[in-house]
Amino acid sequence: MIDAICKTIEAGGGLDRSDALRLFLEAELATLGRVADGIRRRLHPDNVVTFVVDRNVNYTNVCISRCRFCAFYRDEAAPDAYLLDKAEIYRKIRELEDQGGTQLLMQGGLHPRLRIEYFEELFREIRRRFPGIWLHSLSPTEISHIAGLSGLTLEDTVRRLREAGLDSIPGGGAEILVDRVRREVSPDKIGWEEWAAVMREAARQGMPTTATMMFGGRERPEEIVEHLFRVRELQADGGSFTAFIPWSYQPGNTELGGDRATGAEYLRIVALARIVLDNIRNVQASWVTQGARLAQTALFFGANDLGGTMLEENVVAAAGCSFRMEREEMAALIREAGFRPARRTTGYEILEFW
Amino acid sequence: MTDFEAIAAGVLAGERLSEAVAVTLFESGRLAEVGELAALVNERRNGRRVFFNVNRHINYTNICLNRCRFCAFRRDPGGPGAYLLSPGEIRAAAAEAFSQGATEIHMVGGLHPDLPFKAYLEMLGAVKSASPALHLKAFTAVEIDHLSRISGLTIRETLLKLREAGLDSLPGGGAEIFAEPVRTELCADKISGKRWLEVMEEAHSCGLRSNATMLFGHMESLSDRVAHMALLRELQDRTGGFQAFVPLRFQPGNTAIGPDEARCGGADDLMTIAVSRLFLDNFPHIKAYWVLMGEGIAQVALNFGADDLDGTVVDERIGHEAGADSPRGMPRGEIVRLIRKAGREPVERDSLYREVQRS
Repeated sequence: MIDAICKTIEAGGGLDRSDALRLFLEAELATLGRVADGIRRRLHPDNVVTFVVDRNVNYTNVCISRCRFCAFYRDEAAPDAYLLDKAEIYRKIRELEDQGGTQLLMQGGLHPRLRIEYFEELFREIRRRFPGIWLHSLSPTEISHIAGLSGLTLEDTVRRLREAGLDSIPGGGAEILVDRVRREVSPDKIGWEEWAAVMREAARQGMPTTATMMFGGRERPEEIVEHLFRVRELQADGGSFTAFIPWSYQPGNTELGGDRATGAEYLRIVALARIVLDNIRNVQASWVTQGARLAQTALFFGANDLGGTMLEENVVAAAGCSFRMEREEMAALIREAGFRPARRTTGYEILEFW
Repeated sequence: MTDFEAIAAGVLAGERLSEAVAVTLFESGRLAEVGELAALVNERRNGRRVFFNVNRHINYTNICLNRCRFCAFRRDPGGPGAYLLSPGEIRAAAAEAFSQGATEIHMVGGLHPDLPFKAYLEMLGAVKSASPALHLKAFTAVEIDHLSRISGLTIRETLLKLREAGLDSLPGGGAEIFAEPVRTELCADKISGKRWLEVMEEAHSCGLRSNATMLFGHMESLSDRVAHMALLRELQDRTGGFQAFVPLRFQPGNTAIGPDEARCGGADDLMTIAVSRLFLDNFPHIKAYWVLMGEGIAQVALNFGADDLDGTVVDERIGHEAGADSPRGMPRGEIVRLIRKAGREPVERDSLYREVQRS
């Protein structure tokens, strides 16, 4: 049965939810890897593995969403709650630019008082000061929140942010795109349909987006499959996802607690994602949550990109998981695995080979 | 790789891999395919079972005459951090391990310049006095050679004396990489690969089981790795005394070999496990030693041909002096969880791979 499904995939045939679930539950890990690697080779026959030089700037940790899996958020009144002042944000971006970085991933929380004007002003100023930096910022959750707080439609919110300088929208906050799971791990966060609505609107207005998945919380295997198929269907329906990025829930310092997903589970997810999402060009390995060795291994399980070097990362670190990676290290681990390392833009154009 | 299917068919028909084909597999870049085949070969041999044991490492001294460049553990006598455990300390560590459910003590150290042979017999006695039920796996072939020299006994006589004092089996350390000139470059003072194999052959002929290791990921070539495994396979054909092959990922921290010469591992660890499972067709077990691979890759290795995750270890020192980022020990429950999450069935074993029943 598994053999038959694998042969269908290798012959370029599609697979449905029940085939995908069967593969996920029953296939040997190396078998999944082989099938996923075949798709990766078809989409990226040149054997290039890319990464981007970027920085996360978390403009605030104040968040009214209080997701149970999150160790980063604070209530506004908490002693260690913060909102970066703009000078500090510009200083951080200057540092990124000085080090040859190209991508700014600015994300924070759902701050109860930051309306669209705050972001418009901030983005315009960033655009003016740092015209070479690609602004890959705000998750659908934040965009939906800003729209609500500002009394705007999603269409107007996305348009105004784009006009102010937002280049693309990262797919954070997707967690598992099934509301049963969301009610359990993030009851106050937007439902999956609202997440999809923001991404549809961004795509309609011509903005690139990405899609993520956080697994290892409270989901069932069929909900992982459902997540992948919902992303697949969004993409087929005019979506603009450039990449899919799965990562595992990090249980340190969180209300949800529990165990960290193991390496084998992570690789199963990467491979299944590559197999189901053959209409999304890139799959990123998450060295931030998995470490360099597993991220390198993921390159044989369907991943073709290692994401960002992340000059700064706070959210995963707050949950007790901290890996660092310099670009030389990144290139070395790609080369060691037999691939050709290349630094890219957020839009996946190659800037230089290493 | 167009040849892959032919190689796979040969392997599944029970043909031996040649050294050349093993190198081809290493160089193929087809990690998942090679892993899938190795997993299948392992499953034929060991089923879905993955072994582990409840053990404890005791490193009786870090003082060592050899100055291996890959080692961060050794100290000069009287140097900062140099230590030698007394028989009382060894006994206490073994007693504690036994009370915590250990079935095995893994005891290795350095080549101490002036410890007499009888001190080693006392060490063995100290462990056995904590509990005679503890299996005592102690002294690498390198230490055995040293003990034969300081005692003036032959290797065989040395082994028999040690066995009388409580030695049950030998670990597989000190093999490093057999190939010259890499071995000379890495550890000029250490016994040769030939000598290591002679000691093991003698041990097996005395009825002592052992493991075999390979230190990789430093300056050796892929053919050096395969040549190393070929020598082990050849000896195993004659003695059948090896239980597990244990590839050890070199850790560059605090060693005389820079991190520039080290690889990060991950994919390479898995390929090494897989090729070794395919090549060493006369070895019952391939061990993914989690201390040096890291728990994540060691767990994945259980799907790439390995059937043993080593044990609880409790107090690992040698790899950690060289910067291993794993914990120093792993609770039994975590080992069981890793194995189950790899889709395998955990089996606690004793040192001779018999299942341990716990109520």
